[in-house]
Amino acid sequence: MSEIALNVNGRSHRLDVDSATPLLYVLSDDLGLRGPKLGCGLGQCGACTVIVRGRAVRSCVTPVGTVAGAEIMTLEGLGTPEKPHPLQQAFIDEQAAQCGFCLNGVILTAKAFLDQKPKATDAELQQGLANVLCRCFTHVRMLRAIKKYQEKRA
Amino acid sequence: MTTKITTAVDRRVFLQMSGALVVSFSAASILDAADVVQGPFDTRRSHVDPTQLDSWLAVGADGSVTAYTGKCEFGQGMYTAQIQLVAEELSVPVSRVKLLQCDTSICPDQGTTSGSQSTPTNFNERNLAQAAATAREALLRLASERLGVPVDRLAASDGVVGVKGDAGKRVSYGELVGGKRFDITVNAHAPRKAVADWRVMGTPVPRVDMTEMATGTFEFVHNVRVPGMLHGRVVRPAAVGAALASVDEASVRGMPGLVKVVVRKNFIGVVCEKEWQAIQAAAKLKVAWTAGPGLPAQHDFYDYLRKQPARDAAIVDSKDIDQKLAAASSVLKATYLHPYQMHGSMGTSCAVADVQGNKATVWSPTQSAYPTRNGVAAVLGIPPDNVRVVYVRGSGCYGINGADTVSYDAALLSHAVGKPVRIQLSRQDEMAWENYGFAYVIDQRAAVDRSGTIVAWDYESWSPSLGGRPGYDQPGNVVTGMLVGFEPAAPAPRAAGAPRGPLRNGSNAVPSYLAGCIDGSCNGAGTIKSERVVTHTILSPFFTGPLRSPARLQNTFAHECFLDEIAAQVKADPVEYRVRHLSDPRLREVVQAAAKAAKWQPRQSPQRTGSGRGIACVAYEGDNGYVAMVADVDVDQSSGRIRVKKLVVAQDCGPITNPDGMKNQVEGGALQGLSRALGEEVTWDDRKVTSIDWRTYHSLPLGFDVPEVESVLINRNGVEASGAGETAITIVAAAVGNAVFDATGARIRQVPFTPERVKAALQART
Repeated sequence: MSEIALNVNGRSHRLDVDSATPLLYVLSDDLGLRGPKLGCGLGQCGACTVIVRGRAVRSCVTPVGTVAGAEIMTLEGLGTPEKPHPLQQAFIDEQAAQCGFCLNGVILTAKAFLDQKPKATDAELQQGLANVLCRCFTHVRMLRAIKKYQEKRA
Repeated sequence: MTTKITTAVDRRVFLQMSGALVVSFSAASILDAADVVQGPFDTRRSHVDPTQLDSWLAVGADGSVTAYTGKCEFGQGMYTAQIQLVAEELSVPVSRVKLLQCDTSICPDQGTTSGSQSTPTNFNERNLAQAAATAREALLRLASERLGVPVDRLAASDGVVGVKGDAGKRVSYGELVGGKRFDITVNAHAPRKAVADWRVMGTPVPRVDMTEMATGTFEFVHNVRVPGMLHGRVVRPAAVGAALASVDEASVRGMPGLVKVVVRKNFIGVVCEKEWQAIQAAAKLKVAWTAGPGLPAQHDFYDYLRKQPARDAAIVDSKDIDQKLAAASSVLKATYLHPYQMHGSMGTSCAVADVQGNKATVWSPTQSAYPTRNGVAAVLGIPPDNVRVVYVRGSGCYGINGADTVSYDAALLSHAVGKPVRIQLSRQDEMAWENYGFAYVIDQRAAVDRSGTIVAWDYESWSPSLGGRPGYDQPGNVVTGMLVGFEPAAPAPRAAGAPRGPLRNGSNAVPSYLAGCIDGSCNGAGTIKSERVVTHTILSPFFTGPLRSPARLQNTFAHECFLDEIAAQVKADPVEYRVRHLSDPRLREVVQAAAKAAKWQPRQSPQRTGSGRGIACVAYEGDNGYVAMVADVDVDQSSGRIRVKKLVVAQDCGPITNPDGMKNQVEGGALQGLSRALGEEVTWDDRKVTSIDWRTYHSLPLGFDVPEVESVLINRNGVEASGAGETAITIVAAAVGNAVFDATGARIRQVPFTPERVKAALQART
């Protein structure tokens, strides 16, 4: 165990954890955050995604020690129920969810991708979402929400 | 860190919070209740008497309405839809209705939320709907007494009863009944609101959970935290059918956070202070297993199924099928193959249990709160009344995923340490041991007369089965129950008896085109009078269970492809040919509606242009939703890749509660069906399952070439409401397979349609 400084959603935390612990378990168990979720634990589905230094990162395979001191954002840090981020609002407007378990990975992956590539073509966006799963297959609505957000912010 | 468990509010506390004074059960009286009733939903018994209005609804002093339901939300929109129902029948705003779902301490036992039965169960003239109608009737009666005005001069809106033509005379629900029990029975004949008067039902009310989901604040069962909670992990057998040889507890001794290694028969688990510690301890624990009996080879599994002892059933048999086939001018035959597929939930299954002495509370994502109560009781060896199951939503399940088994896991681990334990399964434990959707071998034969009309249809299928939903008394139907010593349900071989009527085509084993006659009573959707449908159920090496559209999907794939094969043989248009053999007007109408929306031009397949279109349809479970789909595809003949460009779906599920919710189900069902048609297949080697993650089990990602999905919703009033969650998915493989045939002349009779299989079918063309 060692003390690690984490900066999550603009708040600083000092935690006594094994630095090899995947970031996901620290976020959900030690910090009680609900956004990042354990989907596969293998970095294959996206459910655990957080944004670190502007990039979408799979927290289930990221040792917490490697992100000490970095700015970490989770889905609840992107916006709030009272004031959702425009991308979250686009999902709400399109009713783009069924069970909602994948939303964390979908929204944060799309957010980081469009921050990097605001003018991404459909093909590029498809590539950017190639490793994100939604098992309810709410794809039609999710892609529509992401496109609407992209058009609005342009 | 602990988080307040908002979902685990008990009725007493809730009513205090809402200001109602309804006298409720104390925890002790719940557990000792003597006045139990036999449940009406094939359920056992529950202290919550469904004949009493107070079991379903309470009105607080502030006019808020609390409804209690045994049908839960797991992503299909049922939470919002039920709120709409209550708001409509009681004439209160949606925002004033709270719904408490599937908590065995406070909700009626409605069995399992499954089989597209929630809408038929709670929206037609019974149960929650009838309770709400009874409450409205009672409120009007109370208002009539209070205001001294006859009921027929009263009208309710916004939770207030007013006198028609006298704006000054009014009384609110809160003033009428707030804080008190209704103390009346549910009136089966209380009048329902006419569809023409609907204000809330029939409108696209947004999902009430949407904002929380999108902002990461929604509480899934995975987020439940209770004080003093520990974390568990299980160690499943190394091979199917393997038994425990030995556990070397010394292999994990001294690991950080380790609380206990739990061993009970073949059930092994570890409990640690933290989740990551439990994951590491489970990985490190040395467990020796017997080799197990071995598995039948996958490469000839379908032939293997045909040769096994089976439980046979004859669904229909007109007794003339052999003569008709022998005498026909033309007979067609084809065999269709469908693999085991998995629920493969996005999040692995998770539950939290707190077992103290002989009492237990389990926060569970199960579809079956009361049956799980009994299952947990059985594995712990305590009375069912000592167990409280609180439903908390998990990841979308699509049938029996790991939700029930992980609830047993949590209970066993908590029981062993005497503290609350949370467990979330590993991806491999979820995928290797869940109850798979059925594999199927289906032989079809049909006789066609000189005019090209089908005169006889002969169906025979082989399908493996083991376990399933545990129900109230078979915890061995899921892996954890079996590991601790309960037997799974297994099909006992026996010969088929005579068909028993009237036909209820719950598994869609009977093709829609058959008359479905048993003892002179014909319940089929079609015209073909010479008919035989025989099924063989075989012992499965793997657990099986309902997976969205169980058996219906596999059967319909075979029926709808075969109908298409016959149409092509007699050079008939696939739409016209379907309609010609259907008698059910609702099914005919959706076929025509889908064709019209897709601008279908009469055609003879195959057109062989590399692009094609196909159609398929089904009367889901015979009469629980009607749907047809047109698929447009391109086939890359060099790679064997299928690109689906568009799916047009026409659906009639009776009166629509929430058109946007139904569209969401149609779209999701269509694309989930596409993933199952194109890529999903459980695989195994000689000892164990090998499709254990998203590299080895192929789900279409968000970034695939997503087709356009167009929904045509037929809102039909004057009939009962039926299910809408399993309709579209049932016909995707057939619609796409038929389109591939139209595009190429190649018929693919095995799901999934992998590029290799498409190429093989292209080469096999005649």
